[in-house]
Amino acid sequence: MATATGAPKASFRLSMLLYDTRYRSMTIQVVVLLLFMAGVAWLVDNTIRNLETLGKDFSYGFLWNRAGYDINQTLVQYSNDSTHARAMLVGLLNTLLVAFMSCAAATVLGLIIGVLRLSPNWIIGRLTTVYVEVFRNIPVLLWILVAYAIFTEVMPPPNAFRGDTPTASMILFDSVALTNRYTAVPDPLFSRSLGNIDLGLFLVSVDLLAIIVVITGSILANRAILARATRVQNATGIRPVTWWKSLAVLVLPLLLLLVALGFHVERPQLRGFNFTGGINVSNSLMALWLGLTLYTTAFIAEIVRAGIASVSHGQTEAAFALGLRPGHTMRLVILPQALRVIVPPLISQYLNITKNSSLAIAVGYMDLRGTLGGITLNQTGRELEAVLLMMLIYLAISLVISGVMNLYNNSVKLKER
Amino acid sequence: MKNTVFLGTLAAAGLVAGFASAATLDDVKARGELNCGVNTGLVGFAAPDANGNWSGFDVAICRAMAAAVLGDASKVRFVPTTGQTRFTALASGEVDILSRNTTWTFSRDADLKFTFTGVNYYDGQGFMVNKALGVTSAKELDGATICIQTGTTTELNLADFFKSNNMNYDPVPIETNAEGEQQFLAGACDAYTTDASGLAATRAAFANPDEYVILPEIISKEPLGPLVRQGDDQWADIGRWTLNALIAAEEYGVTSANIEELSKGTDNPEINRLLGAGEDNLGAMLGLEKDWAKKAIIGAGGNYGEIFAATIGESTPIGLARGLNAQWTQGGLLYSPPFR
Repeated sequence: MATATGAPKASFRLSMLLYDTRYRSMTIQVVVLLLFMAGVAWLVDNTIRNLETLGKDFSYGFLWNRAGYDINQTLVQYSNDSTHARAMLVGLLNTLLVAFMSCAAATVLGLIIGVLRLSPNWIIGRLTTVYVEVFRNIPVLLWILVAYAIFTEVMPPPNAFRGDTPTASMILFDSVALTNRYTAVPDPLFSRSLGNIDLGLFLVSVDLLAIIVVITGSILANRAILARATRVQNATGIRPVTWWKSLAVLVLPLLLLLVALGFHVERPQLRGFNFTGGINVSNSLMALWLGLTLYTTAFIAEIVRAGIASVSHGQTEAAFALGLRPGHTMRLVILPQALRVIVPPLISQYLNITKNSSLAIAVGYMDLRGTLGGITLNQTGRELEAVLLMMLIYLAISLVISGVMNLYNNSVKLKER
Repeated sequence: MKNTVFLGTLAAAGLVAGFASAATLDDVKARGELNCGVNTGLVGFAAPDANGNWSGFDVAICRAMAAAVLGDASKVRFVPTTGQTRFTALASGEVDILSRNTTWTFSRDADLKFTFTGVNYYDGQGFMVNKALGVTSAKELDGATICIQTGTTTELNLADFFKSNNMNYDPVPIETNAEGEQQFLAGACDAYTTDASGLAATRAAFANPDEYVILPEIISKEPLGPLVRQGDDQWADIGRWTLNALIAAEEYGVTSANIEELSKGTDNPEINRLLGAGEDNLGAMLGLEKDWAKKAIIGAGGNYGEIFAATIGESTPIGLARGLNAQWTQGGLLYSPPFR
């Protein structure tokens, strides 16, 4: 049998770019890319020309000018003498705060409601179904506004706490006041404080650092105790009693530290127009938190339910047959397999919360959209710069969340060998 | 890919930044309609009635412009704008003129690239509180919660006022006047601050206006006026002289009642020039009809004083006195350059 020793080398012709299947896809991609880049170039050029016509330049110099306005919730030092960049940082931290609070609360609630939806109990099953359907089918902005309206209209004004026969009273042993402006809660203070470290951008409380270090140390020590107990159990078959050791290691060091620092709380007092002395958690934060949490909880509950339902019932039966108790079955068999399905859509819910937090402006919560994209933009007239910067920051936050959650996903996903 | 996303957003935002057209007059004539940016609803200054017809002090300026340019005061499309959206709306060409209690400041004129065509109301920032609080002066507001419209000069004045008096406050940022009204009435803030005229207009819309008091301190100068985009001098001139025509008409005693009579010719050459009754054709210099000012005055519903009395004056629920807004001959600040 004769075998071809190789096709005759055809010389390259230009028409082959279109008619030869080896080159055609490349040609199409190059043409589309060129068209796309031309479109982008036209848009950029158009922008530059229009800015020139308006006599505006493109500069971020305004970020270092005095902001001149006040912000009602600042997690770091800020006054109206600070720069616009500082105001942006304050807004960014407010955004991150509400996003973090909402993500945490929605995850916990979503997990509970997702599991309850699978409950064989008819009433619990139906109730959670109603919850999910009601909350996920009404726009989140309305939930935020409803929560805010309830806080504003139903709660008493600070004035109502005044006088000999006040119409409103504080709750929890006179330590918490619910008003139509904020919730006044006691402020934790240290009479022998260790002071602050100035990190340039913001101050970090040494007290807080000390507490974190002590708690971390306690947890590590507790782990060592438990590991030792397991070793003893493996060697002798008898597990030593550890609960009092764990309790002592977890609680005592923290208590000692708090006493050493002179920990006490300052109760909010009504002075002048408002409560002072405590921490005033604004209703706009509460409403935003509540609205975002209740809305996203419905989605997370569905994700959790779908994840658990995706694990075949045979797995549970097999685990039971091996003698595993229901708790162990859930933790060791069902959840690891369910997480594979749960985590990826959970990431998008976290991203949604972060982006939806920009609805804060509706309730006067000064997040990134309210400071950089609101007042700063308006006072300086730098629309293009402010909006671009804001988009870039939201993009960066989202990519970071996405990256971190993907790392987590890699660590929990089913290892296939 | 991330790069292309960035460039794409850059370009998209650029498109929004807008197209400034040089000849606004031609655009308006071709469109047959004047786009006018107004408040989202401030009784007396700009508010729609039950049938959606806009009326008010700021609205009258737009009607006068439409009458002067198009010959018909009804050919106006009113675009409600908030404190935050107004400048973008004007810069992008969405509106031809912004007549929305906007304070004339240096940076808005020089940095934001707008041209103010005059002052139609001399105002100042004040505070409104509930009488039950027992506050009689703004200096007693230390520690108070204050509702404030974001994106306005009032925000900066407020910060300065409390700083210079060594007092603290808790700002509640709000987007529109309606929202501020609701928050204030619910007691979510102790005081509401904005221009004193706006406070009076807001209070007039309350169910029990008598329960609220406007404090005596005026903490800033707020010359409010209409503005246009910088770079179209002809259009700015039309805006400026339409406003001046309304002011001059009051000074010369031209009213909606006698304007037809006077436009047949009078002994006063200034009135003749204003109304296009004499030989001089001032309208042509602006690119308008000879009787543009007459149309403007009729379209606005009378001269400056008549508009003031009908929309925000003492006989209306808003009840503002002329004060600084009286003619210069009456001790006020209104002073129109001569029509010559």
